[in-house]
Amino acid sequence: MTDARSAVMVATTRHPWGGVVRVGLLGGVVAVYLCLVGIVPTFAERPLISGAISLGHTALAMAAVFSGYLAARRAPAGNVQAVAAGALAGAIAGSALALLVVVGEVVDVRAVMLQASPALYDLLTLGMGLAGFWIPAVAGAVLAGAAAAVSILPSSYRLPLSWGLVAVVVLGLFAGLLRTPMLTGALSGVARFLFASDGLTPVGAVITFVVAIGTNVLQRRVLVRQRIAEMPATRRRALLAPAIVAGLLIVLVLPLSLGGFFAQVIALVALYVLMGFGLNITLGLAGLLDLGFVAFFAVGAYTVGLLTSPGEFGIAQWPFWAAIPFAALIAMAFGAFLGLPILGIRGDYLAIATLGFGEIIRILAGSDLLKQWLGGPRGILNIPKPIDVPPDHFLAGPHQIYYIALACAALVAFVAWRLRDSRLGRAWIAIREDEDVAQALGIDLVQTKLLAYMLGAAFAGLGGGIFSALVGSIVSSSIQLFVSINVVAIIIVGGMGSIPGVVVGAAFLIGVPELFRELSSYRFLFYGIALIAMMRYRPEGLLPSRIVRRELHVPDEVAAPGAPVNGSAAG
Amino acid sequence: MYSRWVERLTDVSISGFLWAFRIVIVLVVVVGSALTLTQGKYSLATWIDLALNGLSLGSIYALIALGYTMVYGILGMINFAHGEIFMAGAFGGYFAAVGLAQAGLLNLNPLTAVLSVVIMIAVAMAVSTTLAVLVERIAYRPLRKAPRLIPLIAAIGASFFLQYTFRGLFGPGIYAYPAVDVLGEAVPLSFIRLRWVDVLVVVSAFVMMAGLYLFVMRTKVGTAIRAVSEDKDIAALMGIDVNRAIVTTFAVGAAMAGAAGVLYALMFRQVFFFSGFIPGIKAFTAAVLGGIGNVPGAMLGGLFLGQAESIGPTLFLDGFGVPSPNQLRDVIAFTMLVLVLVFRPSGILGERVTEHKA
Repeated sequence: MTDARSAVMVATTRHPWGGVVRVGLLGGVVAVYLCLVGIVPTFAERPLISGAISLGHTALAMAAVFSGYLAARRAPAGNVQAVAAGALAGAIAGSALALLVVVGEVVDVRAVMLQASPALYDLLTLGMGLAGFWIPAVAGAVLAGAAAAVSILPSSYRLPLSWGLVAVVVLGLFAGLLRTPMLTGALSGVARFLFASDGLTPVGAVITFVVAIGTNVLQRRVLVRQRIAEMPATRRRALLAPAIVAGLLIVLVLPLSLGGFFAQVIALVALYVLMGFGLNITLGLAGLLDLGFVAFFAVGAYTVGLLTSPGEFGIAQWPFWAAIPFAALIAMAFGAFLGLPILGIRGDYLAIATLGFGEIIRILAGSDLLKQWLGGPRGILNIPKPIDVPPDHFLAGPHQIYYIALACAALVAFVAWRLRDSRLGRAWIAIREDEDVAQALGIDLVQTKLLAYMLGAAFAGLGGGIFSALVGSIVSSSIQLFVSINVVAIIIVGGMGSIPGVVVGAAFLIGVPELFRELSSYRFLFYGIALIAMMRYRPEGLLPSRIVRRELHVPDEVAAPGAPVNGSAAG
Repeated sequence: MYSRWVERLTDVSISGFLWAFRIVIVLVVVVGSALTLTQGKYSLATWIDLALNGLSLGSIYALIALGYTMVYGILGMINFAHGEIFMAGAFGGYFAAVGLAQAGLLNLNPLTAVLSVVIMIAVAMAVSTTLAVLVERIAYRPLRKAPRLIPLIAAIGASFFLQYTFRGLFGPGIYAYPAVDVLGEAVPLSFIRLRWVDVLVVVSAFVMMAGLYLFVMRTKVGTAIRAVSEDKDIAALMGIDVNRAIVTTFAVGAAMAGAAGVLYALMFRQVFFFSGFIPGIKAFTAAVLGGIGNVPGAMLGGLFLGQAESIGPTLFLDGFGVPSPNQLRDVIAFTMLVLVLVFRPSGILGERVTEHKA
């Protein structure tokens, strides 16, 4: 204890600029990491503003901006000091990159570091090579200094500026996607003006920036939020109805106007939303961390494959609609079968045991043992589409899967929502909070957990069945651990037990990496960072349910010092 | 009245199910072994080969399992990223080996070969220890008082972060480990087939495990670690630096994993970013088998798992006519994990760990 206290004393009596230097060093480590791990060179292939700024530069600039922001907060009081601190931190961070360039140009480190290529150094020095080694340091100082300056502005200036930058980045990312459908319609002139084939045009970037700042300022002037909050409840409800209709229209009609690739992506997102809702019952409500979700996904997918395929391994050639209930039912039965033995064990052991199940099913699906029934690595092919339409029909492609998944997701959400407030749902939440207390209240632990596990399994089976129809085949290599990890990450990032959280989580974690191939090879890197960061700073998720938020943010005077914040899964 | 009957019925069906589960497993093991042995397809020499292979594999699992078990003992958390620490060690050893091979030392003569392996292991230990200490500092220490699932999820995050960092740094391809020629040669014994690499693996694993055991039981730092595992608050009152004891635990466990990474890679001659994941889960299985939190238990569990995995597929499954039973060796390992968790969660030697501490 005395050690800890003296450490704090030392920290406070340290030189005031020590914190700034440390922020700079940290920023440098992050920047070098971004380069060497390949994020900067890979992202550099995607321009944000055509011909000017790439996503790779943006990633480095973001590192500088964060360093500047953090440095300004650690600087001694005073505006000049804050800006100087930002510039200093940025210069230090940039110097790390300069050092990387110098070392890399003098000694060839590519034998060890794959990404440390001349292309990377050109990127960092804007094409000047060794002679331009000072460029990252200067650029870092300028960017971080500017960020520090912005961070000490009053919020009426700071927020619009930040919004403008965010809008440019987001629109730059989506430019290619938005441009293609716009080119055919009446908006083709606008599209050509704003978007190049690979990002915003410079003019488009300026316009976006100005428009975003303008709307933000306007919104603050008109006090939209405050006015809505002041409205009587009846008028607020009247406003809500058109918003819901607009939302439904976007969800239902917009996909039709975008291309087949986009439809494929959102069909996948809808599928993961569906599975997320399923796991949300198991993990979000009952607190059972299931890392073997893919096992039930596989059961559902193979069930649909076997029952519908007219190919080699098909056994029934049923239509999709007759097969899909069986996918859910058989997955549920598997859930009961696998769940019964293991649900008595403690939370963290359960996670590893379910992980083991997932691996067992994965290996069995590809093994020679089951090859004569499941086709091994070659799998079951020719799974028919659920709705048989001519190829030019608007439901021909992945669109129909999108609507089916959406309808199923809505169904699952409804079930989960109604169950949450039922006797069973409250029993689940009680178990999640404290198993011992729940048992003392007369809740049968194994039975109640089993129901949650079986429901989660059923919805995973449903997801697997729809997946096999989406892809048109099921092969053993589709049964991978990352399916489980995707779903778990969606729920953790979105918020345990929260229904909107799952939608947001799936859109971010599935949709964004699928849309941007550059991002997709680093998706699990981001998942890892996201999981750690969420656990450290926001364990309740981005859009938490009310109960979870309350329990994870117990006011300090209520919680006994040193006691666990809550007892969930610690029973 | 009615609901009580329903409850009684489900209780009966659950215990009945568990019994049926046990009976099926025992039947598979007994009948499968009997069938395989009576068919007489395999000679005694084959079985000895399998057992020796299992011994090498098992001693590596035991080395990795030590890290799981010590961290669980002191923090009560499953360090999911431990498999990646193992993989990082293998990568460290790889680059050391490439350097040594370029210097012409790796295969110059048996003496330099042995020295090279020692250097590779030292580099691997350094890499693994550094990473593990960083991970502890960044991802685990702030969550020490959170509910149990939260550090586990952070550990899963750390595991993916490390995997894909290595994928980014070194690419998705599989690196072929440089060959140390001496290790590939057979030991000149007439009655068994044995390569030097197996001898190296088993001997170094046992030396390291013995060293670790003495470290934990005999040194002052080891005593501090055991005291903190027993009760953090009391240990702090006794003047023990709790954070230091925890970091030391991570460092020591990671050093063992790093060494295991090199040994494993010398046996299987390859390493890539995902190569730590499956051995990691298996070593966790070994730790649970032996009784998690228990150092001798982890060693025993590792050796046991190695044998089960090496002999098991042939012995239990071949008799039933299962095609290519070796594909299913991981299934046997994971089934054992589930079985131990269900029927004897305290493991073989696990009576030391009680519920309140874990």
